[in-house]
Amino acid sequence: MTVKQISVFLENKPGSMAKFTDVLSKNNIDMRALSLAEASDFGIARIIVDDVYNAMQVIKEEGYICSATKVLAVAIPDEPGGLSKVIHFLGDSGINVEYMYAFTTRQKDLAYMIFRVQDNEKAIRVLSKNGVKLVCQDDLGKL
Amino acid sequence: MNQSKGMGNILITCERKVENMEHYYQPEIECASREQILAWQNERLVKQVKHVYDNVPYYRKLMEEKGLTPADIQSVDDLHKLPFLTKDDLREAYPYGLVAVPLTDCVRIQSTSGTTGRRVVAFYTQHDLDLWEDCCARAIVAAGGTKDDVVHVSYGYGLFTGGPGLNGGSHRVGSLTLPMSSGNTDRQIQFMTDLGSTILCCTPSYAAYLAESIHEKGLQDQIKLKAGIFGAEAWTEEMRRDIEANLGIKAYDIYGLTEISGPGVSFECSAQSGMHINEDHFIAEIIDPNTGEVLPDGEKGELVFTSITKQAFPLLRYRTRDICVLTREKCPCGRTHVKMSKPMGRSDDMLIVKGVNVFPSQIETVLMNNGYAANYQIIVDRVNNSDTIEVQVEMTPEMFSDSLKEIAVKEKELVNALKAMLGIYAKVKLVAPKSITRSEGKAVRVIDKRKLY
Repeated sequence: MTVKQISVFLENKPGSMAKFTDVLSKNNIDMRALSLAEASDFGIARIIVDDVYNAMQVIKEEGYICSATKVLAVAIPDEPGGLSKVIHFLGDSGINVEYMYAFTTRQKDLAYMIFRVQDNEKAIRVLSKNGVKLVCQDDLGKL
Repeated sequence: MNQSKGMGNILITCERKVENMEHYYQPEIECASREQILAWQNERLVKQVKHVYDNVPYYRKLMEEKGLTPADIQSVDDLHKLPFLTKDDLREAYPYGLVAVPLTDCVRIQSTSGTTGRRVVAFYTQHDLDLWEDCCARAIVAAGGTKDDVVHVSYGYGLFTGGPGLNGGSHRVGSLTLPMSSGNTDRQIQFMTDLGSTILCCTPSYAAYLAESIHEKGLQDQIKLKAGIFGAEAWTEEMRRDIEANLGIKAYDIYGLTEISGPGVSFECSAQSGMHINEDHFIAEIIDPNTGEVLPDGEKGELVFTSITKQAFPLLRYRTRDICVLTREKCPCGRTHVKMSKPMGRSDDMLIVKGVNVFPSQIETVLMNNGYAANYQIIVDRVNNSDTIEVQVEMTPEMFSDSLKEIAVKEKELVNALKAMLGIYAKVKLVAPKSITRSEGKAVRVIDKRKLY
């Protein structure tokens, strides 16, 4: 019940993100979600796409360094307090969130969060037990 | 206009005054006739070659390969026959291979960074320390130092020769010596004001930084400095004028290298136009770095030193890799020893950063040892009169991680490994693969943005 996120090394300088998005558009890669983490000299673009294998091939061929990481994609009611509830399930079970970011889809009433945690299996158990809906890689295309 | 002309006159008067007041630590040596200096050199060279031949098998072998015995060296005229020594020989013979006396007779070790991790280790007997300190004392007295001065030594102490050398020289002069060592600028300035330092010894870049800090604190009126003795790295005339103006001092250059003894191999006098080489201890030659051919005075080439009085670590014809010019024109200061220009460059790829010798190969070694590809670029710059060094490393799939934290840990490890190898902090910058400029397919390893020569 995880999705694969692609992390890409980018230099922290003007134009480097533009160059990267050009690569995606040229190759017809549609992003579901994107988050950018920055250090002083470089950044990591974290993206969620439908076809991970194809996207990784393309990105590597263009000379980028990237890696795939299993993360959790969680459907959350698009209403005040929706995220808070889910976060509490994780926190109360001693699960630390390394980073997280949100995306929405055309579906009404639902927002989606990507969570990066140390122990995916434990987080899946906790969330499922509490009735939280998780999305797997195959579901992404249908959103 | 009138005013500036007036200022010029004052300067000229001051210079004359200094000239008339020229002091020497050992006038009978520093102002000896050329004949006398040559007589000393002839006698000492012959003795030294025998000493080395008898006690240093490494050099004896080099001589034998050229079919030489000590009998072939009768005077300085025969010096050119002797084989050269280079930093590679020092590495090869590390640590004891060039020591010419039993270790029981040695009393000190000093060291400097060398290529690919092997340091240069030099040994001294008490006699060697004495002559080194004499050389430094000559430099201090030439800069106007007397027993009434407070000599503030901000060169690093320890293995680095800067601190110990000037410290010893200051003792010989009888000055009150402040062994500050480097760093902790606030404390440097506090001691300088509280204890009335009059002569500052440090690298020129640190002097410029101190001057700036003193002005920031508004303490320039409380500084009693009159002179500075600055060396261990390249600096320009422009930098000299800035330091002199900002600190209200006269700034003197000093030159030396651990292999030959340390600072004080040569030093500037009041004429400030080149550094007098202490020729009673060191014979200087200028050679063509490509052919090894000795060049006449006045020609630009690589500086080579032969140490004729040292006992423990007596290097003959050591190639410094520094490019400079020798001149024997009569100096207004009255000293008769040959003068060398400021080094105008290097005949190898060595960089001097913050007074520390850095070879690109050392950085390459660190990268390889830490599992990085040898795809790197070294960028040296001078920001606010202080040297900076940045090592750009191309990111590799092995190094990459989705976690910024993990990358930061790896980066830190690399910074620490570089520090351990170089002795100075080098910034590490991770860059995109294949982003390092390549010319004709070959990567440009060093970009030195400083304008020093």
